[in-house]
Amino acid sequence: MSTVSEHPEEGFIRKYVFSIDHKVIGLQYGLTALLFLLFGFCLMLLMRWQLAFPGQPIPVIGGWLGTANAPGGVMLPEFYNQLGAMHGTIMVFLGVVPLVVGAFGNYFVPLQIGAPDMAFPKLNMMSYWVYFVGGVIMFVSFFLPGGAANSGWTSYPPLSNIATMGQTAWLLGMVFLITSSLLGSINIITTIIQLRAEGLTYMRMPFFIWSQLVTSFLLLLAFPPLEAAGILQLMDRLAGTSFFMPSGLVVSGQVLEAAGGGSPLLWQHLFWFLAHPEVYVLILPAMGIVAEVIANNTRKPLWGYKAMVYATVWLGFMSFIVWAHHMFLTGMGTVMSAFFQTTTMIISIPSVVILTALLISLWGGSIRFNTPMLFALAFLPMFGIGGLTGLPLGLAPSDIHLHDTYYVIGHFHYVVAPGTIFAIFAGIYFWFPKITGRRMSETLGKVHVWGSFIFMNGVFGPMFLQGLAGVSRRLYDGGAQYSHAQGVVQFNQFMSYSAFLLFIAQLPFIFNFFWSMRRGEKVGNNPWQATTLDWAATSSPPLGHGNFAEIPVVYRGPYEYSVPGYEEDFLPQHVATPAPQEG
Amino acid sequence: MPEKTAARSKLSIEGIILGLAIGLVGIVGVYYGSNNWRAPALASQHGAGIDAMMFYLVATTGSMFLIGHLILGYLIWNGSRQEKVTLRLASPKTEKFMSIALGVLMALIAEGGVVAIGMPVWDEYFMAETPEEALQIDVFAQQFAWNVRYPGPDGIFGRVDVSLIDEMSNPMGIDRSDAAAIDDVVVINQFFVPVDRPVEVTLRSRDVIHSLFLPNFRVKQDAVPGMSIPVVFVPTEEGRFEVACTELCGLGHYRMMGFFNVLSQGEFDDWLQQQYAGN
Repeated sequence: MSTVSEHPEEGFIRKYVFSIDHKVIGLQYGLTALLFLLFGFCLMLLMRWQLAFPGQPIPVIGGWLGTANAPGGVMLPEFYNQLGAMHGTIMVFLGVVPLVVGAFGNYFVPLQIGAPDMAFPKLNMMSYWVYFVGGVIMFVSFFLPGGAANSGWTSYPPLSNIATMGQTAWLLGMVFLITSSLLGSINIITTIIQLRAEGLTYMRMPFFIWSQLVTSFLLLLAFPPLEAAGILQLMDRLAGTSFFMPSGLVVSGQVLEAAGGGSPLLWQHLFWFLAHPEVYVLILPAMGIVAEVIANNTRKPLWGYKAMVYATVWLGFMSFIVWAHHMFLTGMGTVMSAFFQTTTMIISIPSVVILTALLISLWGGSIRFNTPMLFALAFLPMFGIGGLTGLPLGLAPSDIHLHDTYYVIGHFHYVVAPGTIFAIFAGIYFWFPKITGRRMSETLGKVHVWGSFIFMNGVFGPMFLQGLAGVSRRLYDGGAQYSHAQGVVQFNQFMSYSAFLLFIAQLPFIFNFFWSMRRGEKVGNNPWQATTLDWAATSSPPLGHGNFAEIPVVYRGPYEYSVPGYEEDFLPQHVATPAPQEG
Repeated sequence: MPEKTAARSKLSIEGIILGLAIGLVGIVGVYYGSNNWRAPALASQHGAGIDAMMFYLVATTGSMFLIGHLILGYLIWNGSRQEKVTLRLASPKTEKFMSIALGVLMALIAEGGVVAIGMPVWDEYFMAETPEEALQIDVFAQQFAWNVRYPGPDGIFGRVDVSLIDEMSNPMGIDRSDAAAIDDVVVINQFFVPVDRPVEVTLRSRDVIHSLFLPNFRVKQDAVPGMSIPVVFVPTEEGRFEVACTELCGLGHYRMMGFFNVLSQGEFDDWLQQQYAGN
């Protein structure tokens, strides 16, 4: 098992562009996705300006947006709807999923299981480039006549069927992105099942690997229905079919020329069949990253590792039968609502088990407060808020009042923005030394943590109050004309200022990221005194196949910290010293 | 057996600040939130049940949030003082017990709430038979208006045909050659109903999905093209309330606003008579 294949030096294009090395592909994914994350964030800043100051010209950049979008710098409702749809699409499909699966999964799954590369390197390369094409299509769609897609990131027909050309681009882009995710997920599943180092049994896998395994199954099984649905909607738009259009629609006073007989609800079922498991695709790898960081920085094993693994698998299964809780108000019927609200309550149980296990893991630990740990600690209450606020939405009667209000926006952003994105930051600070051989600046890192933590809450906290008051989402003027919004609409300015400051809080990170690549403190292979196999590989591992000088053999579980009787406070998985008997 | 090692103090100021901050966030969040919870004034019968359920859920999740925050704050504060790990692992038995206890607790809170508070509201709102005396209202939503129709003295909605739709004179496509249609009354963006009488609103849409939202009545229902979806409720307060569209329906979505006027029986009869006279 301990032979390492020799590779001749590769040319520039093979090495850095069309690379088949999992580390290069992971970095390509990571950098592209971070750029999209920033871009999607900027779209949101434009929206936040409009919500705080409806009808006032956007300062400085307002003039650059073009007269079709913002004549005189004042945003039009058409443009607001584009920003809304594209912010959601870009953040989810081009930002967060490619980061947690494409970047972290690609780079660290092989390292953590002691594999020389992914099982299918060429499939891996294809996965990135298909994603890249999907991203380019989405980006370019802003420049089409009528602009980008404007029917929400959910693209409900018939609105999306009759929308401008941007919607066609959106659908094409989605087909590429889904294909890319499928290729990536097959690869991760095969790699984890086939390429684990000797001795790395399933119950010795780091929790991060478990989270990637379950996530990949979700991607593999949930995405194809949306790919099919996307193609059906493309046909509706381009080939005159009516999969999602009933007969006799009248748009702008004209009876629509369509065959008819389709169902708008069919799209919603297909969409949410993907998009609910998608939520767990966003959150599970984040929990995986946080688990690694917490175990490492409390210097003790995770509490309830087994319970967490079982809960994750359970969560994965359950996530396929909760999708219609997004559809309680569509008129799909009470039998459906009863079933889906029951399954939704059941799925809250494993989530609580995982989160509480992470919380109890802090108990009795000797905590090191470095930047990754601060982000991981901030993740816990943020995801907690996101999860708990989901309960009233999961029950059909309370959902009546809260559905499609800002409460929903607050809820899922707490899960994904201060939740998953904090975990992503924790992961970047944590693994940066492995990737570059240098540590990121702690001082700048702490400015980044505290700034993000405070302003994230400033942006999303008031949304719950707006939603409870009944303010609807997706309103161009933020609901200013409704009397029920009057007690809470003034929060919009506070929230927008928080969003602008949140942007400023990211600048230290961006600077830190590039500065530390060249100037950061140089570190060895295992700067955090960690136990998993990724830290056994050379830091800044050579690009090209082969991660380990010698393929490691695994002797024990993933988090053997502070083992009694052992000199160091960590005992790596690949070190052959016998561990003392566990109590 | 849990393994104990002697703890030595290392005192991390940062950890203490973070621990305190986290605990404080929980307290301030719950306090500020509960003081600024401004639900729209209630004006329907079933709404009280929905509010009770919301209160139960917000109170239970709010308490879990608060307790979780205090524990987290304490653990961070405590963990910041210890040079060495004091509790490495609980025994497998404890772990198993606590995981199961957590699951059961969560199940009780969630499912318990559903059974005790949710089911009656559920029955009242979703499962209720439409009462005989319910006022029938037909809503045909469009971009970006609510077309509201009353059946007229005969109590029967006349035939409609989308090919008859005329934006100015006949937005619902009513076939006036049908005997039942002659007396139908159409109003735009305005609902008029008598107080304390059940209303059955049948929602249809002629173009895209809209959603009828009556914040004060705790009523929200999508209008899906190709479907007719009934909603039954009883307005209990007189007044002029707002109607919002709450499903993205295009560039005018934000201004798709209407009014829901709840009148006394006498006022309502007068209004209806005026409408009949206008036909």
